[in-house]
Amino acid sequence: MNEKGRIHSLESFGTVDGPGIRFVVFMQGCPLRCRFCHNPDTWDVNKGKEYTPEQLMEEIKRYKSFMDYSGGGVTFTGGEPLLQAAFVAVICKMCREQGISVAIDTSGFIWNEHVARALEYTDLVLLDIKNYDPNVYRMITGGALSPTLKLLDYLREKDIKTWIRYVLVPGLTDNTDSIRQLAGFLFNYPNVEKVELLPFHKMGEYKWKELDLDYKLYDTPEPDTALLEEVKKILEESGKEVSLNI
Amino acid sequence: MRSEWYEFQPGSWTTEINVRSFIQHNYTPYEKDASFLAGPTERTKRLWKKAMDLMKEETKKGIIDAETLKPSTIITYGPGYLDKDDEVIVGFQTDRPLKRGIMPNGGIRVVKNALEAYGYKLDKTTEEIFTNNRKTHNDGVFDAYTDAMKKARHTGIITGLPDAYGRGRIIGDYRRVALYGVDFLIEQKQHEKKLLEISILEAPDISLREEISEQIKALKQLKEMAASYGYDISVPAKNAFEATQWTYFSYLGAIKEQDGAAMSLGRVSTFLDIYYERDLRHNLITEEEVQELVDQFVMKLRMVRFLRTPAYNELFSGDPTWVTESIGGMGVDGRTLVTKTSFRILHTLYNLGPAPEPNLTVLWSVSLPEPFKKFCAQVSIDTSSIQYESDDIMRDVWGDDYGIACCVSAMRIGKQMQFFGARANLAKALLYAINGGKDEIYGDQVGPLFEPIKGDYLDYDEVMEKFDQTLDWLSELYINTLNVIHYMHDKYNYERLQMALHDIDILRTEACGIAGLSVVADSLSAIKYAKVKVIRNNKGLAVDYEIEGEYPAYGNNDDRVDQIAVDLVERFMNKLRKVKSYRGAKHTLSILTITSNVVYGKKTGSTPDGRKAGEPFAPGANPMHGRDRMGAAASMASVAKLPYRHAQDGISYTFSIVPKALGKSKEERIQNLCGMLDGYFHDKGHHINVNVFDRETLIDAMEHPEKYPQLTIRVSGYAVNFVKLSREQQLDVIHRTFHER
Repeated sequence: MNEKGRIHSLESFGTVDGPGIRFVVFMQGCPLRCRFCHNPDTWDVNKGKEYTPEQLMEEIKRYKSFMDYSGGGVTFTGGEPLLQAAFVAVICKMCREQGISVAIDTSGFIWNEHVARALEYTDLVLLDIKNYDPNVYRMITGGALSPTLKLLDYLREKDIKTWIRYVLVPGLTDNTDSIRQLAGFLFNYPNVEKVELLPFHKMGEYKWKELDLDYKLYDTPEPDTALLEEVKKILEESGKEVSLNI
Repeated sequence: MRSEWYEFQPGSWTTEINVRSFIQHNYTPYEKDASFLAGPTERTKRLWKKAMDLMKEETKKGIIDAETLKPSTIITYGPGYLDKDDEVIVGFQTDRPLKRGIMPNGGIRVVKNALEAYGYKLDKTTEEIFTNNRKTHNDGVFDAYTDAMKKARHTGIITGLPDAYGRGRIIGDYRRVALYGVDFLIEQKQHEKKLLEISILEAPDISLREEISEQIKALKQLKEMAASYGYDISVPAKNAFEATQWTYFSYLGAIKEQDGAAMSLGRVSTFLDIYYERDLRHNLITEEEVQELVDQFVMKLRMVRFLRTPAYNELFSGDPTWVTESIGGMGVDGRTLVTKTSFRILHTLYNLGPAPEPNLTVLWSVSLPEPFKKFCAQVSIDTSSIQYESDDIMRDVWGDDYGIACCVSAMRIGKQMQFFGARANLAKALLYAINGGKDEIYGDQVGPLFEPIKGDYLDYDEVMEKFDQTLDWLSELYINTLNVIHYMHDKYNYERLQMALHDIDILRTEACGIAGLSVVADSLSAIKYAKVKVIRNNKGLAVDYEIEGEYPAYGNNDDRVDQIAVDLVERFMNKLRKVKSYRGAKHTLSILTITSNVVYGKKTGSTPDGRKAGEPFAPGANPMHGRDRMGAAASMASVAKLPYRHAQDGISYTFSIVPKALGKSKEERIQNLCGMLDGYFHDKGHHINVNVFDRETLIDAMEHPEKYPQLTIRVSGYAVNFVKLSREQQLDVIHRTFHER
């Protein structure tokens, strides 16, 4: 297998993308253009540094103690990691062989045979649902919602543990009716273990400026506690544990 | 068996001095959680309030009061109290709390200068006596120093040497007084002295006989001191209170007479727990009362004070005393040495609030009981007041009754001491190699004269060859300097009480140190993997460097550079080993800068890694600020590669993280911190300071110190009160790498 991967960066001590201490692989390239994206520097598919699977695996293995003792593992995020699903699948399989738990943080936008193969060796999927209203979804991301929901069906079928992630942006994703519908929808997915509510933050703003991109959220505030609590309550109607990541 | 020892399991400890045997036969491992702990009693709260008020006044005035006439011995002062009614554990160094005594045996000039800095004047007669009649350690050292030693000291290539103050880093086995009573200890010493009546007495035997006599005198004075507080410590302690009080008295005796840089306590909590358990079993005491003993004992340890010059305080960031207490660990038999009192002593950080002293040090093992690990992690997250050291590494070398002196120096309690050797500045040594032995700041020839590097670009092989020769010269000079210092310290400032609480045959270590490890590793990496251009001044001295290209930096788990750091440690250590040490001390090495990384940086010119002249080094074995780009685990992995067998005096790593980078909820943070410590120590890390707070908190504390009287941060192998740091030091802490994602 000579498939190489383009990687934006590596973080040896991640604690917010899945349980425990995680080796986080930020994959380069993304098909979506979410308005609230805090890693726009990972969009361009031609940037990043190339790694062979063996090279990346060598890096990952060096942190096994941290993963083992904390109940952590590897998380692929990005960017959209499944844009390079063939590469990711190879690493996922290698991790399984080494007893390392793998999580994939994805928008669910991509589907192909490589994605299926990667998921075969994935322990947890962090599925980002940017919005449950297809029109709003397209407005925010430039893409369609339906592939994401199809992927969720597939994850249910294969019984792959899934955490749903929802980024709350005031004025953009606080359409509560649609959030309520999402909660009702998730009720029927026993593979969904929890819902993570992520408040919009401004820490990625400077990257938009650096890349000279048209950022539309300069005036958007971070959500206040009242709004967060309200949305959390609504999401709890799914019957799932809802965690608020502040 | 003595009546005070009722219900204790006998063992070899009953007939010979062997505290470890006593602990092993009698302690109760505790593997459950922290729910049994009690809050502070009303007495404790009142007393602590009083102490805090006094300390507030001290912060304002600099010091509360100082002696100007009488040098401090164990019995110079009568009893002193803070509040006789509320004090459960008694005893202060002088006749009033926080008043500073004077200990001119180390050097009279330091005493005089320190007094004057705070507006006091040394008594004329005392000054005369210690100038004309009674020679000091400092005078002795300078009588014997060679010109080369003086030069090296002046430029700071060897620095922080204990040649004008007490060397410290000696831990008396303070538990012996509680377990045996002083009379038995005296008898044993007399017996040992008798055994030294041998046919031909040579200088070492004569010295030893004199030392034992001094030890016996000190023990007698210790009894007298305790008697002045109304207690008879000639006999063993018979209950929880006496065990605590006796232990404190013996420590107090040491700090009345010695002001060594680090006056560490040892490993007393699990020892005391045996007495607490016995009294609890008989309902002689309640959990609240046990916690009160521990709180009040710790309160006393927080009030230890020495007279220091402001320059000393600048070097060490505040007024540290390194009352290090080692907590937890595992026994060689596989049982944990964690007891309820391991929890109780950490709990003082809640009952009394956070504080830098005592320097609470958890001996971490991956095998520690999970509830204890979690409690430690919780305390770290809440208070940033504790440090962790690998029991798994140290137990292998030192057994299971060692303690930490100062920051990271392990020693078997009562069986081992060290000749504290501060550190050599290896970054400067590298610059000497480039400049043919000339100092890059002063321009003088300090090192041996050899051909400087002449090319415009540095060549790795050429630099390494010259650097290696420079290290040959430096290691020889360094050990000889330490030999002078410790010969004179033994002669003029012998630690008679602390050594009375040691066995007769002890292991001495020649504890050398390195400063600037990451600067040198990165410099050599830059020379090897990028191109480094030399900028010379008009005298031909290399004073700055330009780097073309990128180089792998230490702290990213990249073997290309990490192995350079490993080689450096081993290379320097092997050179030190070749030079004979005073009293046959075993050579050891630390990678620890205390907080003097700022001062060392000031005294060192620009280095080939891109660091500019005067900029701070990274502390201890840390990567340089901002150069570790792969996250915390990668940074730790680099540090963990440094070989403990070549750095047995400890490898210090300081870690700061913002709370949310540890996880989302409190439970997750605790779990992740435990996982991090297990991972780091499993991978052979030796030491880690853990700070958990937001940078904003520190910035706010800098602007509004009154809001943060107890904000404590770990800076090196110890902790400081953040608001007491100089602004420069505060900024250095704030600028350091905080792991944020």
